[in-house]
Amino acid sequence: MAISEEEVEHIAKLSAFFLSDEEKKVFAKQLSEVLDCADVISEVDTSNVKPTSYITNLVNVLREDEVKPSLSIEEVMKNAPHVYEGVFKVPRII
Amino acid sequence: MRFETTIGLEIHVELSTASKMFCGCSALFGGEPNTHTCPGCLGHPGSLPVTNRQAVAYGIMLALALNCEIAPRSIFHRKNYFYPDMPKNYQISQYDVPLSSGGSLEIDMGDYIRRVGITRVHLEEDTGKSIHVGESGRIHGADFSLEDFNRAGIPLAEIVTEPHLKSPEEARVFLQSLRSIIIYLGISDCKMEEGSLRCDANISISADERIGTKVEVKNMNSFKSLYRALVFEEERQRSLLQEGKTIVQETRHWDESNGVAIPMRTKEEAFDYRYFPEPDLVPLELDPTWVEEIRKKIPELPAAKLERFQSQYSLPQDVAMVLVGEEEMADFFERSADSKASPVEIGKWMVGDISAILNEKGISIKEAPISPQMLGELVLLLEERTISSKMAKEVLLEVFETGKSPRSIVEEKNLLQITDEKELEKIIDEVMAENSKAVDDFRSGKEQALKFLIGNVMKKTRGKANPSLVSDMVRRKLSS
Ligand SMILES: [Zn+2]
Repeated sequence: MAISEEEVEHIAKLSAFFLSDEEKKVFAKQLSEVLDCADVISEVDTSNVKPTSYITNLVNVLREDEVKPSLSIEEVMKNAPHVYEGVFKVPRII
Repeated sequence: MRFETTIGLEIHVELSTASKMFCGCSALFGGEPNTHTCPGCLGHPGSLPVTNRQAVAYGIMLALALNCEIAPRSIFHRKNYFYPDMPKNYQISQYDVPLSSGGSLEIDMGDYIRRVGITRVHLEEDTGKSIHVGESGRIHGADFSLEDFNRAGIPLAEIVTEPHLKSPEEARVFLQSLRSIIIYLGISDCKMEEGSLRCDANISISADERIGTKVEVKNMNSFKSLYRALVFEEERQRSLLQEGKTIVQETRHWDESNGVAIPMRTKEEAFDYRYFPEPDLVPLELDPTWVEEIRKKIPELPAAKLERFQSQYSLPQDVAMVLVGEEEMADFFERSADSKASPVEIGKWMVGDISAILNEKGISIKEAPISPQMLGELVLLLEERTISSKMAKEVLLEVFETGKSPRSIVEEKNLLQITDEKELEKIIDEVMAENSKAVDDFRSGKEQALKFLIGNVMKKTRGKANPSLVSDMVRRKLSS
């Protein structure tokens, strides 16, 4: 299955990536190859298999409404590239 | 041209569970930023969600209260979008196989009942909170934003209505009725100012049979602003149609301080959410016995209570409506009506003087120093004619000031009404002796002289006499 450069551009936009024309070409090719790989599965005869998104047959895995300790604020902020007065700082949104 | 307005609402309610929807972090409002977070709600790779049973129970309860069908099987989806308040870059929500659908809610518009279809009630998780930092303090032109993920992952119920509302007023009444039901269910505190109840609206106007163009309005954080925003949109679209212009399908952001809805570009606009089933969660296949257990826990809801208050306590409809509108008021009323005093009088005091004092002080009946027993006592004192209604108002204020019981205030202040006829007779005799001209005037046919005499008796007793008793006695004396 082939992915077009326009599709790459669309996905990049949704993910807030900005790609050069060169990159779009590269990714279109690579993503197409990934999908081709997955296409191998369609060779299996599934005419007698019901479609599903779940393979475990498990249902209703629920937990009781109990509060568990959260992370310490030091741990929370450990991987944050930008911090402002102890809070995650992100570039302006609009 | 005759215009028809069509409105549909989309409401989000934070469910008051102890922990979050898919992790064990506290779901309490506030707290120091990011202190209620863990690898799950921070979206760290490798963390896995597990659904909160209580949140599912609350969702079922709400769906049942809104007469929805509970789906025998429902699943969660990932709604993908890139926005800093959503650390996973997707929100776990429900899409084409929601928890419930096909309900309805009837709202009382006074002159008529509007039946509003409920498309669905589903479960999802809340996003974090962005604080935009910059000179303007608004999103546009902010220098940067701060992210607090304490709210990320708090369970939400989303309620979607059919476009059955015909006016901004109906939308306001609907939201109020819904809020009242949710509070009765005890599944959310529904504080619009804290964001635990949020409402977006779709509104269109049509001039003929065709359905108009839908405009979405967001960011209304009070009943009043929902109403104002819809009135604004209704007017705007109507005048566009009158000028023969077309309406653009778009999302608008309500600006409360300026009273305008402005077009906005947001994360939602023209976005492709690429929904797909959440692979880290398994389907919900709800046991009908569990659903029935939850149904049994639904308390008497506002509509039923309104009917009962009118039949059981003979309350006038307007009084009953005010009381039922707030569960705390309704409970207070019922406990107070347990006393010997007349429930109708108790009801009137609650919607009258007490509500006025509560409003002025900005407190709820629960926070007020008055107890249901105290109100019963006050009304009883009035009915026994121990105090006049003017005094009762003073005593009520004193109760709010001191928290003392009405009877002890009356005794302390010596406010007891003079009901002893002997004592009153003495005073009346004095007044008649001092005002012989008025007595003569009355006897020669001047009715208003009676008022003058009664007024003087009241003055002499410093208002402690019962006016109707005084009137009867003076009249009797004058005609003897
Ligand atoms: Zn967490």
